[in-house]
Amino acid sequence: MPKKLPKKDVVIIGLGWTGSILAHELTDEGLDVIAIERGPWRDAPTEFPPNYAQDELRYRIRHELFLRPEQNTFTFRNKMNQTALPIRDWGSFMPPNGVGGGGVHWNAETFRFMPSDFVLKTHLTERYGAAFLPEDMTIQDFGVTYDELEQHYDAFEYLCGTSGTAGNLRGQIQEGGNPFEGPRSRPYPTPAQKQPFSHTLFAKAARELGYKPFPQPSGNLSQAYTNPLGLRMGPCTYCGFCEWFGCGNYSKASPQTTILPLLVRKSNFTARDNSEVLHINLDRSGKHATGVTFVDTGGVEWEQPADLVILSAYTLFNVQMLLNSKIGTPYDPVANKGVIGRNFTHQTISSVNGFFDNKKFNFNPFIASGAIGMCIDEFNGDNFDHGPHGFVGGGYMGQVQTNGRPIQSASVPPGTPKWGAVWKNATRDNYLSTVKPGTGVHGSFYSYRDVYLDLDPTYTDRFGRPLMRMTIDFHDNELKQNAFLTDKFAEIIRAMGAHTLDKQYRKGPYDATDYQTTHLNGGAIMGTDPSTSAINRYLQSWDVPNLFVMGASAFPQNAGYNPTGTVAALAFWAASAIRGQYLKNPGPLVHA
Amino acid sequence: MTMRRREFLAGTAILVLSTMKSRATIISGGLPWTPDAGTPPIPVRPGPWHYFTSDEGRAVEALADRIIPPDPQTPGGKDSGCAVFVDRQLAGPYGRSEGHYNQPPFMPGTKQQGSQSQKGPAAVYREALAALDRYCQSTYQGKRFADLSDEQKDELLKNIEDEKTKLEGIDGKSFFAQVIKDVQTGFFADPIYGGNRDMVAWKMIGYPGARYNYLDWVDRHNERFPLPPVSLMGRADWSPKP
Amino acid sequence: MRSAAKISVIAIGAAAAWLGGVGLSGADPDSQAFDQIERGRYLTTVADCYACHTVPEAGKPFAGARPIETPFGVITSSNITPDNDTGIGAWTDEQFDSAVRKGVRPDGSRLYPAMPFTAYTKMSREDVMAIRAYLKTVEPVHQPVKSNTLPFPFNIRTAMRAWDGLYFTEGEFQPEGSQSAAWNRGAYLVQGPGHCTACHTPKTVLGGDKTTDNLRGFNLQGWFAPDITGDNNQGLGQWGEADITGYLKTGHNRMTAATGPMAEEVVNATSQYNDRDLSAIATYLKSLPQRQDNAAPLPANSPVMIAGQAIYRDQCSACHGIDGRGVAMLFPSLAQSALVHASDSTSAIHLVLRGGRSVATKQEPTAPGMPSFGWQLNDEQVAAVLTYIRNAWQTAAAPVSAETVGKARNQLRTRSD
Repeated sequence: MPKKLPKKDVVIIGLGWTGSILAHELTDEGLDVIAIERGPWRDAPTEFPPNYAQDELRYRIRHELFLRPEQNTFTFRNKMNQTALPIRDWGSFMPPNGVGGGGVHWNAETFRFMPSDFVLKTHLTERYGAAFLPEDMTIQDFGVTYDELEQHYDAFEYLCGTSGTAGNLRGQIQEGGNPFEGPRSRPYPTPAQKQPFSHTLFAKAARELGYKPFPQPSGNLSQAYTNPLGLRMGPCTYCGFCEWFGCGNYSKASPQTTILPLLVRKSNFTARDNSEVLHINLDRSGKHATGVTFVDTGGVEWEQPADLVILSAYTLFNVQMLLNSKIGTPYDPVANKGVIGRNFTHQTISSVNGFFDNKKFNFNPFIASGAIGMCIDEFNGDNFDHGPHGFVGGGYMGQVQTNGRPIQSASVPPGTPKWGAVWKNATRDNYLSTVKPGTGVHGSFYSYRDVYLDLDPTYTDRFGRPLMRMTIDFHDNELKQNAFLTDKFAEIIRAMGAHTLDKQYRKGPYDATDYQTTHLNGGAIMGTDPSTSAINRYLQSWDVPNLFVMGASAFPQNAGYNPTGTVAALAFWAASAIRGQYLKNPGPLVHA
Repeated sequence: MTMRRREFLAGTAILVLSTMKSRATIISGGLPWTPDAGTPPIPVRPGPWHYFTSDEGRAVEALADRIIPPDPQTPGGKDSGCAVFVDRQLAGPYGRSEGHYNQPPFMPGTKQQGSQSQKGPAAVYREALAALDRYCQSTYQGKRFADLSDEQKDELLKNIEDEKTKLEGIDGKSFFAQVIKDVQTGFFADPIYGGNRDMVAWKMIGYPGARYNYLDWVDRHNERFPLPPVSLMGRADWSPKP
Repeated sequence: MRSAAKISVIAIGAAAAWLGGVGLSGADPDSQAFDQIERGRYLTTVADCYACHTVPEAGKPFAGARPIETPFGVITSSNITPDNDTGIGAWTDEQFDSAVRKGVRPDGSRLYPAMPFTAYTKMSREDVMAIRAYLKTVEPVHQPVKSNTLPFPFNIRTAMRAWDGLYFTEGEFQPEGSQSAAWNRGAYLVQGPGHCTACHTPKTVLGGDKTTDNLRGFNLQGWFAPDITGDNNQGLGQWGEADITGYLKTGHNRMTAATGPMAEEVVNATSQYNDRDLSAIATYLKSLPQRQDNAAPLPANSPVMIAGQAIYRDQCSACHGIDGRGVAMLFPSLAQSALVHASDSTSAIHLVLRGGRSVATKQEPTAPGMPSFGWQLNDEQVAAVLTYIRNAWQTAAAPVSAETVGKARNQLRTRSD
């Protein structure tokens, strides 16, 4: 029997970006909030200080800050007729763990989705006709619009101090920014970061090819900043240890730098770390959550009763929690019925390495930040006519020099042996003069009937719960999209002056051993129809109205951008609905 | 007003719930803090092999020197400590695949599903190095791999890579791929892990090492960064020269 | 807030009027009691009685039993709740006043100067009675406090009589007629209830104040409470009044941040001082003697400076800046920090070896932390980098020796805090 704790107003499962945002918003409302986090407490001076955070082996290669697969992993297969096998060591994505979640070790690329991304099905059908879309593509509108989210994007950017150049200020296109972005109500809180050499070359080449390059919006700050909570951040020092690493000098936006120091001071907030929620508890009706049951590292089981449950774990764990708690109808791809596990997506990325004459070019690739970059958006979303190309979707592309860490980044031209004197010389001769975009082509991944999540019939976690099973493969639409975008990107790298290109197209089948961002999405998607979505437009469970589910699990499909900006905007949007509507009259905010 | 400094900040409460290494705690009132907090890296000590037998050690040194041959400017894999790196890694969590999902059943899968091996790298090295020496002894008049000429080593490794030569009982191609990865990782990792001795690899490519501040150089386009590499345990310039 | 308003009136009134304590109370006796308790509550905070007389997290405010570390041993603080048996509930006003302002207990024995009666003696009786009135209203706690365990001769309380003769000058603060009311209020707070001298004034071997070096800094509990006179290099010479008030209110300013024992003082006391009192303190501190240190910096090409610069560039500059000026309110400006340039490097050594968390306050909740470097830098390297930051950027201070660092490392090793 679990030990029962005193009831709280709100229990939050997972203290990453969205858990921290909701905790902050709901404690401001006066509610008594507890957050339960599976991993440890983390903070810069004690867990990733600037005197040992810059350790590529420990953090990048050995995954120090991530979940251990022995604690929880997934099974994976490409096709429904295969047997899924466990992901025994991480590969294609990196599940976060610990306070701050992915906000600790993200690159901090802080994009907004475009207005058309939110009404994708409607938009594409209107422009190209329903027959243009592949038959088994299951894209949907989000149920919320860009205009509704604008103030919440703004709130997140000002929370983070995001560095960037506005491209569309209240409908006016701005020189130097992204002309394709949705209208923003204010400029970015801080100017764009300084651009290293290769980025300026990329911008010049792109401009000469007729594109409109813009600085990537970055949560690695160009200057010191004080956010609306009164929390102080320092300027990024371009150390090149962002993604996979925690930031040691308070210059990368994270829950640690933007929310937690204030949150922990509030008398109506408590966090428990190293404590894993096993399931959300329901009353007999199955329509009301009564709290959660969790187990701490000592093996002690606790019941935490609460009036409101916020599920804010990583995408896959959100879906797993819903299935293990028997909330919502599991998705059945054969019958095409059910919602939990539906519309699972990832990201379609690729890159092109450019090799330059080392007598003329020295890029100092180690002078970098996770989100610094010069990008173009001409081939994102529906910014170009897809009619002649026979696919939908797209992505941004850019020279985003995230690091020069040599284990990961030392590159040699295609055809070089993998070892021996030739390899050694090529490594020496190319390290400083290679353009190796950390993000090259960052494309959308639309949803399909046979790409989904469910519980594995064979493998279990340490508590005996079934592992989550991923069934995922690339469809022709995404592979065509990627081939088109990769070629466009290669033209720009060539125009920068590269003598040799290494084009790394995304090829099927989906490979779980090859890292391709941690942007997994869907499985508990938002929408306007309970038969095709798990949560309503306010991220409220259709089935259990006192449960809200945060995160990219809400995306019906993935756009050609990094998800965190949208994930956070949706969290602020949901918080606003809880504060403004739900608390006054607890119950469904949308009647189906 | 002399007083014992307390836990640290007023109102910080940390209730320890168990005695395990990573203990569940309750955090409220303020940010946790204890002096000397953190888990800094522990530098590898020189000395005898931790995992390898002496024959295994010789074989891996020989492999490291073919993967990264010495040249007049930069030492090879052996002298830069790559075999020491691999030895210490295999003796530690990496060698045991610690933290991986190690639950049965173990079934063969597709390449895309990743390794489904029950064996950790330490066991793989043990079997494969024995198979490699057995192959050499039967093919090269009783010589072990380490005793072959450089030309013989390179030819054999190329054949293993191309699957023209099969080693008994093991997947020679994937083993050699793993050795390449481990040796090159050791070459470029911080010297505290045993490889990249004196930061030779970083000097070779022009990487300034475990630094945290290039704010003064981000604008210096196409100019070589002027400072030498630094390890997590510093560089020679950190100690005053008498 | 009513008490704050009252104090404000006092602070801007003529010095003699508020010190005399006459005619301050309103005509309404109920209002008087209320005012006095509120005033007492504020003064209890100003005097930071809580810090010593409360065990943190024990949930028993003012019940004592907190171990107080002194240069001569550990003393346990007394219970000052109004409990009749174990607290001060049975004390008369006179007995309370004698303890606070004379260091004499009801039985006639002498208090150890861990209780800063040498400073509190400067308080007005009216202020002491206000504190008394407030303490009567707190929850009585039955908590007997064990007697002290100081070594000979300090375990003989009668010895304190002789000590008092040497180091204790009884008597209320006397305002300087030539100074402003704000200056007098500031002097009163610093010398009296604020008892800044307790940490910031050097002590003799017997623990008495070296009054000739008033507020010029003192080493205690593994830290150095820095010089807060107008010394340009080690003191507050470069601080404006706004820097002082901001630091006391928020724990941070454009040059430095409170950490160690001062962080606790900021949380418990100075962050709750009202703005006029903080301003008065700033006025007073800025009137203390200005000193210009004309020592020449070590040559930049000396081996220790070269090594120190290398360490600084590699390990410190990502936060504190290549120019040593940090980020205002976030990372201290080492180029301007009194702590860095102090004659005694204990605090700087402490921070480098063990790291530190700066204070969090309502206005400055960030509480940035500095990591520990003790595992990474040896004594010689810590000495080199400290010598460098003391002598770079147009400042000068004596080099720090590896021996000093080694001693501090050993001493800190035995400290759990």
